[in-house]
Amino acid sequence: MRYAMAVDTKKCVGCSDCVVACQTENNVPIGYCRDWIVEVTDGTYPQLELEIRSERCNHCANAPCVRCCPTGASHYADGGIVLVTEDMCIGCGACIASCPYDARYPHPDGYADKCTFCIHRVEKGQKPACVEVCPTKCLYFGDLDDPNSDVSKVLKKRKYKTLIPEAGTKPQLYFLI
Amino acid sequence: MNQTRREFLKISGLGIGGVALTAPLFNWSNGAIASDQNPAEEDFVNRTPTYCEVCFWKCAGWVYKNEEGNIWKIIGHDEDPHCNGRLCPRGTGGVGMYYDEDRLKTPLIRKIVDGKQQFVEASWDEALEVVANNLNKVKEKYGPECTALFTHGSGGKFFGDLLRAFGSENITAPSFAQCRGPREVAFLATFGEIIASPERVDIRDTKCLVLIGSHIGENMHNGQVQEMSDAIDKGATIITVDPRFSTAASKSKHWLPIKPATDIALLLAWIHEIIYNEWYDKKYVEKYCYGFEELREHVKNFTPEWAYGITALKPHVIRETAKEMANASPATIIHPGRHVTWYGDDTQRLRAVAILNALLGSWGRRGGFYSPEKKSLPGFPHPEYPKPKKTWRDAHPGKYNLAIEVVSNDICDSTIPTPDRDCNFKAWIVNGTNLIFTLPDQRKTLEAIQNLEFMVVIDTMPMEITGYADVVLPECTYLERYDYCRTDQNREPSIALRMPATEPKYNSKPDWWIVRQLASKMGLDNYFQWTDIEQVLDWQLKQVGSSLEEMKKIGVKKFPRAYDDMYFGEGEEIEFNTNTGKIELYSTDLEAEGFDPMPVYTPHKEPDPGYYRLNYGRNPAHTFSRTANNPNLTDLLDENTLWVNPIVAKEWDLKRGQKVWLENQDGIVSTFSIKVRITERIRHDSVYMVHGFGHAEKRLTRSYGKGVSDTELITNVMTDPIMGGTGMRGNFVTFRIDNPHKEEVAS
Repeated sequence: MRYAMAVDTKKCVGCSDCVVACQTENNVPIGYCRDWIVEVTDGTYPQLELEIRSERCNHCANAPCVRCCPTGASHYADGGIVLVTEDMCIGCGACIASCPYDARYPHPDGYADKCTFCIHRVEKGQKPACVEVCPTKCLYFGDLDDPNSDVSKVLKKRKYKTLIPEAGTKPQLYFLI
Repeated sequence: MNQTRREFLKISGLGIGGVALTAPLFNWSNGAIASDQNPAEEDFVNRTPTYCEVCFWKCAGWVYKNEEGNIWKIIGHDEDPHCNGRLCPRGTGGVGMYYDEDRLKTPLIRKIVDGKQQFVEASWDEALEVVANNLNKVKEKYGPECTALFTHGSGGKFFGDLLRAFGSENITAPSFAQCRGPREVAFLATFGEIIASPERVDIRDTKCLVLIGSHIGENMHNGQVQEMSDAIDKGATIITVDPRFSTAASKSKHWLPIKPATDIALLLAWIHEIIYNEWYDKKYVEKYCYGFEELREHVKNFTPEWAYGITALKPHVIRETAKEMANASPATIIHPGRHVTWYGDDTQRLRAVAILNALLGSWGRRGGFYSPEKKSLPGFPHPEYPKPKKTWRDAHPGKYNLAIEVVSNDICDSTIPTPDRDCNFKAWIVNGTNLIFTLPDQRKTLEAIQNLEFMVVIDTMPMEITGYADVVLPECTYLERYDYCRTDQNREPSIALRMPATEPKYNSKPDWWIVRQLASKMGLDNYFQWTDIEQVLDWQLKQVGSSLEEMKKIGVKKFPRAYDDMYFGEGEEIEFNTNTGKIELYSTDLEAEGFDPMPVYTPHKEPDPGYYRLNYGRNPAHTFSRTANNPNLTDLLDENTLWVNPIVAKEWDLKRGQKVWLENQDGIVSTFSIKVRITERIRHDSVYMVHGFGHAEKRLTRSYGKGVSDTELITNVMTDPIMGGTGMRGNFVTFRIDNPHKEEVAS
């Protein structure tokens, strides 16, 4: 089992619904977020291109945050989801510094926090909150080992890229282009 | 009350005496539950139905509470045709309206204390007594018709009932004359029907979607955003006309970076191309349309080459896009937009849009415009309301005869006395609309308010308008109250229930309760033969075979359509609701009123050197000025920025993030500064900002002083002579680099 997410940059309008839905679902304190929007404008008026991406933890298969965690708080869970065990985390911040995607933040309660792919929902057969809420249905989630999962199907059909592949982290967040 | 000078009262710190408030503290982090062990939805049986009040798409959803019984999250209702189970960021962030600690907490009355005007905290009984007495006083002195209601929210329907019982029909919403009015009047004149909300556009099945200044995606009207995404999936062609590279423009096959204020020229050239290339739907036009020959003659000279000189759009682009529209027809939508009060000739521009749709045969066709249906609920029985002797139209006889709703800015104008007019408004009830940020030309709004004998404002937040009120009443948020059911149109008729998820916070009350109490105090009990809203809702629902009990469980109920087909049948005989019974390419209504029966392009003023056209729009996380203080939504965007083209930035030596003040053509300088965003996404002759920021009310602690209010810079208002709409895009600003508000004393 290998959980992954695909983001359709052709459909995403950057509305940030994924951000608010994650915040309310996971009680992320106001002022922090586990996912966010990036808009990249390229060109000169009027020859322009805009890429909009909903970003979050890449749940890397070769995750620097897991490797550098001194206590083992950062770990791989089933399906390759990268998680933090809050009461094992000493808040040293090594993982935050090691992440090329800047996906982690220091939670005010003293631990490193980030996207969990809503594992508490996924375990019950639900989709992550961001996927469930997205008005443009631009987020696809599922098991890459299952050829019939939403994410497998869309990655088979469409061109995609990952972010900072040169970091060698084997990210599991795919951007449809 | 002091009627000669209405000082703006800041609500903070002025309360004397007191009502003890017990504000429950909100625990954002929900204790120390590990995020990956959060209980899932089914663990909470305690969910209640609602429909959203953050914008007027009114998506239905479920409010979930956590183990402590606090509101946790709002999730879209799967059965709801407005949202299909997915709320937008504002709906998801609606919880912030409830938790906002800056909310109005208790009734306030303007009193003179130690020679100074102050707001004094009051009991509901005392405050409502003051409201009832003052409204009755105005009624005795001037007649009930001199009271007007401004409302923009579901609770306003109860105040509407109150005003009708009182004897006035002057009930107005800025959603007409500051927003969609021109499109409704234009489509009514053309097809005999209005667009209404949610828009009857069949985006889901369209092959070609044309957006003119309409920025779906930044404007998060949920169903439309969802359907535009579906259309992208299905490979539909999107054509976007906008001087700004909007999100929608970035999703488009063709982006037409038009010179602002020239849209009618483009539309006429498209009409020209479609007629003279014979790309129009001949059978449809012949069968259903009136005035084709006149139109053909009218647009004879409006070639793409003619339009090029006006719009700066190349002729081949105009031709190519016209051809694309025709190829996809009748599954082509030239979208009528929503906020369309731009240049004062807006009804005519929307007429051109309607005509183009008619030529392509998209009205009544799949992928064009469908026929919506709604399930109306009968009103709770009451004695017939008194017939008003005057309406708002009597203030200006013969003006805006084609307006189909009350013109809010006309009520404002008619509140400022003139010797030639005997009908002046003397009292305003303002519910859920911050008129200071809603009506253009704030100077006029403030002058009107100074001439009022009484104003009561009912709101959840200490918006600017509350500072001018005689009485401020804190309504509770939509999450804490019942309202009338939502019955808005869609492909299939449905009703949605809003019920309280929790008790009202602080000393706030639902609008139905406020109105019911006022009715008693004003001697209007016989028009309200109910004591509790549940009684009303249950009675209404039982008339259509449901009940309050059922709706509490299901939230949304769908009904079968009365007419099977959403589209015209092949060769179907149709009588349109116009004078000719046809789709009027040539408008007999407009002609009869002395207006151009077919749209004409007239040039609009261009910016003077050093000035830039002020364009404004929406951000997906916000609705008007009402969400600017919502903790969840300010977390996404807490101030607006000024979009400036790099060429302009270079000329002015502006740096990214630099704060500037803006001065408009009338010398009005922005109260606050705004950060510059240097971007290629805006034309060199315009600047752009998101509407609704720059709040001057300190009690809005998160939004005070953040960004600039576009409204305060909109002092040139180009009024649409046809329906009274306020054209707001003819304002030009220049940059003030140094703080213009600093004190300089010479001695």
